[in-house]
Amino acid sequence: MKTADICFHLKCDMEKSAKSVVASVCKKFDHDGIRIIDILREVQKRLGCINGDTMELLADELSSHRVEIEGLVSFYSFFSEEPKGNITIRLCDDIIDRFAGVKEIAGVFTDELGISMNETTADGIFSLEYTPCIGMSDQAPAALINDVVATNLTPRSARTLARNLKKNHDPSKLVKKRGDGNNAGRLINAMVRNNIRRKGEVLFADRISSGAGLRAALKRKPDEVIQDVRDSGLRGRGGAGFSTGLKWDLAARADAKERYVICNADEGEPGTFKDRVLLTERADLMFEGMTIAAYAIGSKKGILYLRAEYEYLLPYLESVLGKRRKAGRLGKNISGKKGFTFEIRIQLGAGAYICGEESSLISSCEGLRGEPKNRPPFPVEKGYLGHPTIVNNVETFCCAARILDKGAHWFSAIGTDESRGTKLLSIAGDCSKPGIYEMPFGMKVSDVLDMAGAEDPAIVQVGGASGEMIGRTAFNRRICFEDLPTGGSFMTFSSNRNVLSIVDYFLEFFIHESCGYCTPCRVGNVFLRERIQKVMNGFAEEADLEYLKDLSTTIMMTSRCGLGNTSPKPVVSSIAHFPIVYASLTRESTQGFQASFDIQSALAESRRIARRQSMIYDPVYGESSE
Amino acid sequence: MKKKIATVSLAGCFGCHMSILDIDERILDLLKVAEFDKTPVNDLKKFTQRCDIGLIEGGCCNEENVHTLQEFRKNCDLLVAVGACAIMGGLPVMRNAIMNSEDPLRECLEEAYLNSSSVYNADNDIPNDPALPLILDKVYTCPEVVKIDYQIPGCPPSGDILWRTLIALINGVPADLPYGLIRYD
Repeated sequence: MKTADICFHLKCDMEKSAKSVVASVCKKFDHDGIRIIDILREVQKRLGCINGDTMELLADELSSHRVEIEGLVSFYSFFSEEPKGNITIRLCDDIIDRFAGVKEIAGVFTDELGISMNETTADGIFSLEYTPCIGMSDQAPAALINDVVATNLTPRSARTLARNLKKNHDPSKLVKKRGDGNNAGRLINAMVRNNIRRKGEVLFADRISSGAGLRAALKRKPDEVIQDVRDSGLRGRGGAGFSTGLKWDLAARADAKERYVICNADEGEPGTFKDRVLLTERADLMFEGMTIAAYAIGSKKGILYLRAEYEYLLPYLESVLGKRRKAGRLGKNISGKKGFTFEIRIQLGAGAYICGEESSLISSCEGLRGEPKNRPPFPVEKGYLGHPTIVNNVETFCCAARILDKGAHWFSAIGTDESRGTKLLSIAGDCSKPGIYEMPFGMKVSDVLDMAGAEDPAIVQVGGASGEMIGRTAFNRRICFEDLPTGGSFMTFSSNRNVLSIVDYFLEFFIHESCGYCTPCRVGNVFLRERIQKVMNGFAEEADLEYLKDLSTTIMMTSRCGLGNTSPKPVVSSIAHFPIVYASLTRESTQGFQASFDIQSALAESRRIARRQSMIYDPVYGESSE
Repeated sequence: MKKKIATVSLAGCFGCHMSILDIDERILDLLKVAEFDKTPVNDLKKFTQRCDIGLIEGGCCNEENVHTLQEFRKNCDLLVAVGACAIMGGLPVMRNAIMNSEDPLRECLEEAYLNSSSVYNADNDIPNDPALPLILDKVYTCPEVVKIDYQIPGCPPSGDILWRTLIALINGVPADLPYGLIRYD
């Protein structure tokens, strides 16, 4: 055969295979457009990309339009139009990982694989890229190799890892030393460590009797269950701190035939990894909390939205669900309660921070781009597919199950007036004991730092990228909703870290993760970063700080969802808490000229091309020189 | 004392200055309360005294523009960026779009003087007389180079807007600019 013929046949084969893959995947999901994220995930996995032709095929199969499919592919970072290697190596590019040396690790991989970042090897086997926080900040630098997690990388271990991969092309063979607890089990089989450093009495109590919470709940009426949760004072653990009992109550009261319970396990806030540990060690408790919520609000269906980065937990979570079904704790007539039916499915995400925001998460579950929805109506009135929906964090559901087991008063006796119970902190950064700490609300930052063995702490970021950045003068503040709220992230940085490079990183992160729907967030964060870089380069003056504060207020007030409502917080809080850093980098400009404009560099190219000096600005020619 | 006004056109098309002339006979009223210093209107090339108000048309595409703008900043109490070019670069700033080039400035000059299909350039020369000011690596807007106190958008802003702005600045009161005057779509 001539080359052209071969190419033609090859192309036909590929077309045929794409066609058959798309057809079989769509069939597997009953051509259900709502499950399109799952469909795309599988197509991406089997074809290595979702290119234009594949989009057309998908649109045909699902009676959709190519532009709809393309919208999804371009939105979620785990989908790609360009062919990806069979093995995608994603290096975690979080600020903690950066400080831990992820650039060196990247150097090792580019060297071993002979490609740059964001490239695929010529043989189509390896792709190399950066990804935002993968929830392993306590064991940084870390990487995702397909769905296998590699932690505590050093240049040496990275080189061994890369060579192993080149030899046997099998990421699953990389796990040599397994982590602790369920990480070591056959179903998770990961080198991830839990690093549970401090156990409290609610979530990591040693004896938690399985099913006790559900049993207690089923003995009561649904509205009594809700009242219990209200009495306990439980507030949402994802960060916003909305009263859980009130949320359930609103959903229960909404006039509707169907209601939904969604568990938010899209733990994307940089530096947060406590849900990962709960999913590993307290999955049963979480599902129990969801079941109790379903009973309380009258829901038949639940969804666990699991971030794509935690795909390695999927087999284990499915097995926990299976066990619960077998034990009669899911399905029909749960635990003998006539008429109480509840089922849970797991929805995997596809790499989008914004999906941690509840209305975006709902959009994503519905098979749409993970863009926030307008509120009102709130999800408790019109959520998933228009039905009343409660979205709660993994930790919230775990707490709810414990509350039903041990009683509202037991729970509300822990913590502070407005923040009841314990809180999981995921502590990372410059400290000797990074990991998970369960502690009652109201702990002082300085005590937390002592416990974690923080080395020379100077900067603490509480609540992740969208949280507050504080300095030494504020270390007597307390972790609770009244003072310093957090969804769990607690990052500590020593005095040799640069405040502004941390702020700059967070802005870079938000620019990448903004869904782009509303202008204040899409454009505003870019302007914030430009101005922060001006400060970093020493070109800023007082007025620039005013500009930063003004613009921050505008973005926070006018953005459509929580992302933009909070993204300027690192800027605002660092200006408030590190005035000396900013003061030392700003200067008053002379004569009303902009310090950031440099005539010499603006003329450099021109001098080279014209091969002459400036008549005005080069003193050699002098008379009219400045 | 009469207020002193200076104006200049940098990398602009003089359209904004046409708008200054568009205040028509009101210029006689203006001259009762103000006088022009350095401006193309009276062809005065240098500042003769410190001025109250400087109107800037156009952005900065070469070193002479920068120098002039800096002179204006030194010599004027208030600087007003007039029109799209001064504020955002306008048409000249389109050359900043040449970004994916090894040598953007050379590409820009070659396109303008050699390669463009409408060019007739028998000598095949790119102008480089020593008297020509050096071109900047890209076009800079006025607020990028010096501090600007006020901006009047428009391409060009109308004579009415300029008139109302000048009167407000001279009297030290906020300008009354009805929506109809400042909407451009």
